[in-house]
Amino acid sequence: MDLATVWFVLVAVLWVGYLALEGFDFGVGLLTRNLARNDRERRVLINTIGPVWDGNEVWMVAAVGATFAAFPEWYATAWSAYYLPLVLILMSLIVRGLAFEYRAKHDSEQWRRWWDRAIFWGSALPVFLWGVLLAGFVQGLPLDARHDFVGGLADIVTPYTLLGGVVTLMLALVHGAHYVALKTVGDIRTRARALAGRATAISVLTTGVFVLWTVAAHGGGSVTWLAWIAGAAAIASLTTGAAMNTRGREGWAFIATFATVVLVGVALFSTLYPNVLPSTSDIGGLTIANASSTNYTLTVMTWAAVPLVPMVLAYQSWVYWMFRRRIGVQHIP
Amino acid sequence: MDVVDLARWQFGITTVVHYFFVPFTISMAFLVAIMQTIWMRTQDERWLRLAKFFGKLLLINLAVGIVTGLVQEFQFGLNWSDFSRFVGDIFGAPLAMEALLAFYLESVFVGVWIFGWGRIPPKVHLAAIWVTACATLFSAYFILAANSFMQNPVGYEINEEAGRAELTDFWAVLTNKVTLITFPHTIFAAFLVGGGVVAGIAMWHLVQGRREPVMGEPGGASDAGVFRKALRIGAITVLIGGVGTAVTGDIQSKVMTEVQPMKMAAAEALYETQEAAPYSLFTVGSLDGSRALYSIEIPYLLSFLSTGSFEGEVQGIDDIQEEYQELYGPGDYAPNIPATYWTFRLMIGFGGLAAAIAAWQLWSTRRGRVPTSAWALRAAVVLPFLPLAANTFGWIFTEIGRQPWLVFGLMPTASGVTPGSTAGSVFATLAAFTVLYAGLTWLWIWLLVKYARPGLPDISAEARWGRGRSGEPAAGPGGDDVDGLQPDPDDDADQPLTFAY
Repeated sequence: MDLATVWFVLVAVLWVGYLALEGFDFGVGLLTRNLARNDRERRVLINTIGPVWDGNEVWMVAAVGATFAAFPEWYATAWSAYYLPLVLILMSLIVRGLAFEYRAKHDSEQWRRWWDRAIFWGSALPVFLWGVLLAGFVQGLPLDARHDFVGGLADIVTPYTLLGGVVTLMLALVHGAHYVALKTVGDIRTRARALAGRATAISVLTTGVFVLWTVAAHGGGSVTWLAWIAGAAAIASLTTGAAMNTRGREGWAFIATFATVVLVGVALFSTLYPNVLPSTSDIGGLTIANASSTNYTLTVMTWAAVPLVPMVLAYQSWVYWMFRRRIGVQHIP
Repeated sequence: MDVVDLARWQFGITTVVHYFFVPFTISMAFLVAIMQTIWMRTQDERWLRLAKFFGKLLLINLAVGIVTGLVQEFQFGLNWSDFSRFVGDIFGAPLAMEALLAFYLESVFVGVWIFGWGRIPPKVHLAAIWVTACATLFSAYFILAANSFMQNPVGYEINEEAGRAELTDFWAVLTNKVTLITFPHTIFAAFLVGGGVVAGIAMWHLVQGRREPVMGEPGGASDAGVFRKALRIGAITVLIGGVGTAVTGDIQSKVMTEVQPMKMAAAEALYETQEAAPYSLFTVGSLDGSRALYSIEIPYLLSFLSTGSFEGEVQGIDDIQEEYQELYGPGDYAPNIPATYWTFRLMIGFGGLAAAIAAWQLWSTRRGRVPTSAWALRAAVVLPFLPLAANTFGWIFTEIGRQPWLVFGLMPTASGVTPGSTAGSVFATLAAFTVLYAGLTWLWIWLLVKYARPGLPDISAEARWGRGRSGEPAAGPGGDDVDGLQPDPDDDADQPLTFAY
């Protein structure tokens, strides 16, 4: 494997890690609207992700940084093409991050209501739009010879990419519900389990259709077989998660949806390989080869990533272990 | 305005606002870590109260700092895609390393610190804030390395075929002489901010408590002793920051004179090359070189500042312009002179004023004295904002002074912009960001004031080390009003979280 391919895999790992980790805290954000019945319960939900959401979000920062560093052309083309959705994502993440930190900093009904809206929409919009974007990478964009985007909104918002958004949204909801069931006690835990079961049904359907569509319409690369396997495994894992959930094995249910998100990611990125952003206009497609940095840059970054990535995984896992206790309304001061 | 101007405004606004929060975070993380360390060593509860008080302000600030920082990483691709293509091979690496090494550490361990009060071993908890603080330094280093490449490109070669700059020596990028001097300058300037906040707030409470003594009330005279300590720590921090920025700034201006003579000539609005050049403190009149109506000048100072010798030759704008035209072809290579001239002076002026106030604070609180004048209160209120303004103007000076270059000598600003972008979309997002940023800056100040005003928190009920120290659960406030809820049998300890969102 040449270094560019190694970095394609690493960039994919970072994006998929981001979706799997922030996926559940987006899901918890979505659940604050209807799963929580009062302010106290809402605070329980927010506190389940309190110590970890920020660390999860850094996966996005690392993914964007790695994309920029390893595949500057990919970053330049995609980020200028997806101008509007990316600005929306940024603004959503800004108000969402502030909402977690500021919600409890002032005692007023009105104040909390506004921040609750920020948490819900700040979770819903990014998780949906990231799905649209990732599906868009697979679908491709009309580019010119300089790899600049020459299309319009209709090239970005297509039935396929919208379905991609629905898939990430629904997966986040199930994933988040499993997390809440795993991290809480009492009534809210029971409700989260019930909701996860119902949402799984829709999620299996949308994810199934999406994976089939992805591989059937955009497959054909050298590792399409991997996409098929990952897609099938994603569905299997999603249904396993539901089964575990109904039996009260919430830890396993959470691991199952974690695996589902990872597998859907694997299906997407292996369909994409060896492209990073195909062109729908016959010219200007971006591949691992023509979008990557020089071998020297990739070597330098590999030397940095080899010790750092395991270190990050180690201390981040340690934090999850440290804050492993369930919480309930009785813990909210 | 065309796309380039709009994109520059967007970058300017989002970066300047982001940089309100960065120096605050860097310095306050260290100051809180120091306070918490003193508490751990002395077990003097006053230090715990100080750590919690300023820790809260740190968190209010950190939240805005982190979320506005996300925008920076996206900007290069959104509005400046040609810049990203041109320098991505070099510029992306420090950004990616910043995320992998620093930002992960910072975000993960600040979470540990926030939620760890009373739940994890005290030493681990203390380590968390120190890790967070050190991570902010790593962050700063990598970002400054990226920025310094734009100021003084090193360690690259131009690949004509690919139309981009390619990295040949990463070590050279990390040890760029501009990075090496900008880093300490920026960090000292950051400490000016944190010190100013601590000293300003402590002074306010101290003076207010002396003017209207309400015993036992938070912020009242009873807390005077604690605020006095905080005030002196803050003021000393400001003074160290002041001296540090002055010394590093002096070295930096010599490095700048070498790598970007135009920036330094513009900072002085010096048009003709001069030996033994004077430094003008203040000029009224036109800065286009035609006439100075009124000017206060210090002889020889500019020569000394730029070259280290009183007789040294300082190049003027006109000569550099000629030289650059020969080197890079026809064009205007001078930045906006009034903006450069004034931001340079405002940076120095605000920073110097902050240091002067800090020195006066130390003097006026010597041997148990406490000033009670209205001026002391006013000085306390403005002190936190002076270093912030100095930092802001410093960055505006650095970035405007580099114009018309995006990457000095390699890429003009106008050629970095995204080719297909329209003025409409850049303007719309510029407007949206401006409104959002104005809102969150207002919110930030409002919350800081709200939490700074009541004085030190009462920690008798909450926030002791709970099980960690005394072995028995600490009862939190409101712990009794959980009516009708049975503790979960799976849970060994049902005391409320000491910290919860």
